Amino acid sequence: MKRLVLTLTCALMLAGCGSSVKLDEVAVEDKAGTPVGALGAGSGGAGAAGASTGAAGAGAMASQGVAPVDVTRPGSNAAIQQGPRIVYFDYDSFVIKPEFQALIETHARYLRSEAGRKAVIEGHTDDTGGREYNLALGQKRAEAVRRAMALLGVADAQVEAVSYGKEKPAVQGNDEAAMAQNRRAEIVYR
Amino acid sequence: MRLCALCLLAGLWSVPAAAQLRIEVSGVGLTQLPIAIAPFRGQDTVLEKISRIVQSDLERSGQFRGTDLVAGSLDELSRPELTAWRQKGADSLVVGSVTALADGRFDVRFRLWDLTRGQDLGGQSYAVTQADLRQAAHRIADFVYEKLTGDKGIFSTRIAYVTKVGQRYNLWIADADGENARSALASPEPIISPAWSPMGGQLAYVSFESRKPVVYVHEIATGKRRLLANFRGSNSAPAWSPDGRTLAVTLSRDGGSQLYLIDAQGGEPRRLSQSSSIDTEPVFSPDGNTIYFVSDRGGSPQIYRMAATGGSVQRLTFTGSYNISPTVSPDGKSLAYISRVNGAFRLHVMDIASGNAVAITDTSSDESPSFAPNGRLIIYATSAQGRESLTTTTLDGRVKTRLAGASGEIREPDWGPLQNQ
Repeated sequence: MKRLVLTLTCALMLAGCGSSVKLDEVAVEDKAGTPVGALGAGSGGAGAAGASTGAAGAGAMASQGVAPVDVTRPGSNAAIQQGPRIVYFDYDSFVIKPEFQALIETHARYLRSEAGRKAVIEGHTDDTGGREYNLALGQKRAEAVRRAMALLGVADAQVEAVSYGKEKPAVQGNDEAAMAQNRRAEIVYR
Repeated sequence: MRLCALCLLAGLWSVPAAAQLRIEVSGVGLTQLPIAIAPFRGQDTVLEKISRIVQSDLERSGQFRGTDLVAGSLDELSRPELTAWRQKGADSLVVGSVTALADGRFDVRFRLWDLTRGQDLGGQSYAVTQADLRQAAHRIADFVYEKLTGDKGIFSTRIAYVTKVGQRYNLWIADADGENARSALASPEPIISPAWSPMGGQLAYVSFESRKPVVYVHEIATGKRRLLANFRGSNSAPAWSPDGRTLAVTLSRDGGSQLYLIDAQGGEPRRLSQSSSIDTEPVFSPDGNTIYFVSDRGGSPQIYRMAATGGSVQRLTFTGSYNISPTVSPDGKSLAYISRVNGAFRLHVMDIASGNAVAITDTSSDESPSFAPNGRLIIYATSAQGRESLTTTTLDGRVKTRLAGASGEIREPDWGPLQNQ
């Protein structure tokens, strides 16, 4: 939804948004410049695709001297961010289910290969109960994922476990389907 | 359509959460003192109707009931017709006046009468700006309340709360009746757990503005903020010691969520609890010797206490499988907390000495209780018609008033201390 809004905003403003600068990833910390030619990589995301279809005539604008800059880190980073990075939990549980083991291994492998890279595990809960207690519950989920990564050889300094408690639900609503999507730990690269 | 809705919300967030307290008295056979508040002479010329503010303050306490009025104009110099007022059912009478001063301020004067004895119980005068007329009315209500009940009035105190409108969060400071709200902090990220310092000049709270929970201490008058706890992991649940020198916080820096003490000026935290479970939501007893907190060490969240220096732990709640958010009354005798009963989260009050506890609401998603500094009212957040709002209640649950915002959700109330007089 957020991406759709961004896309619409782009389309409305039409201020060079059609170039391939990825709006949702500008806040990445690495300052290594990326050659223009490399920008196509990882543009498979729905947001990027939507942006280029949203603004017809993007090519013409680029040829008028707009040099797109993407500060996204080069390499496999974009791929790992766009792949699966959310671990879901059962009600009142902090146990990592077997189906999420492969996801955690993928991220652990990536972090081992990029020793300078850091990730934050954000724990979340459904909206049942108190804010502070849910903050502690979300922390337990984040810690479970952090420990699983540590067992796979990721250095402690590379991963921080934090919690949002019930403050940032992925979806609104308090039926079981919505709540199941909110009980989660997200692996976030900052 | 969605875009439109977002625009609308974006435009609304900066509007003060103009709030109005509605008094909903429930229950029968209440012993309430009948009091008449005559219209203050001259109050028609100013925006704030002093007599109405005084009356709704007193009624919100649950201990007073406004009576009908005798026709005619009175002020603090009048001698009321005792019989005529007593026939309206009133035991006490407040009369007064509002007069414009040459410097643009207003002189507010009043007098309180005991109608049964025909006795003048005293009065005061305040020279205030237009903006402080409400505050003058709250001070009159405090005076009347203290004279007639013997307890301190809390009408001139302040409350803090958080609103969420769209994706904007605001921390507000308002009068105890919810009026006169001013934003202390605006943020695109959540703000939770505001806690007033014992002297009332500062608030500690948890802000997610750096994309993780971090505890700040915020000086209200200047807006100056300092990081109190920004350790690896989550930092949350600040609670002040009664002397204001120390805060208890929940930190996950050593793995699980555990209790720590930290100097109010910052520095290295000292670990207080030692468990492999969740320990959180600490709160000091009024004498500073005990810390009440929530732990799931027994398999479900329950309320425990320990000495403020650490050590052995004693469990307080044994009914129900979910008891959280403890807060202790100013006299140290009662514990207010949230308990899940048949799936409904309800505000409960426990007599600590006997362990007897009762639910004092019939709502289903109560949160964050906080005692008024005189211990006679509790403010808490609850949901009504799917929208979060604040409610004050008497300790027996009989008199409730609802504070609903103009828009969005209102949550996380904390009642400030008595103002320095």
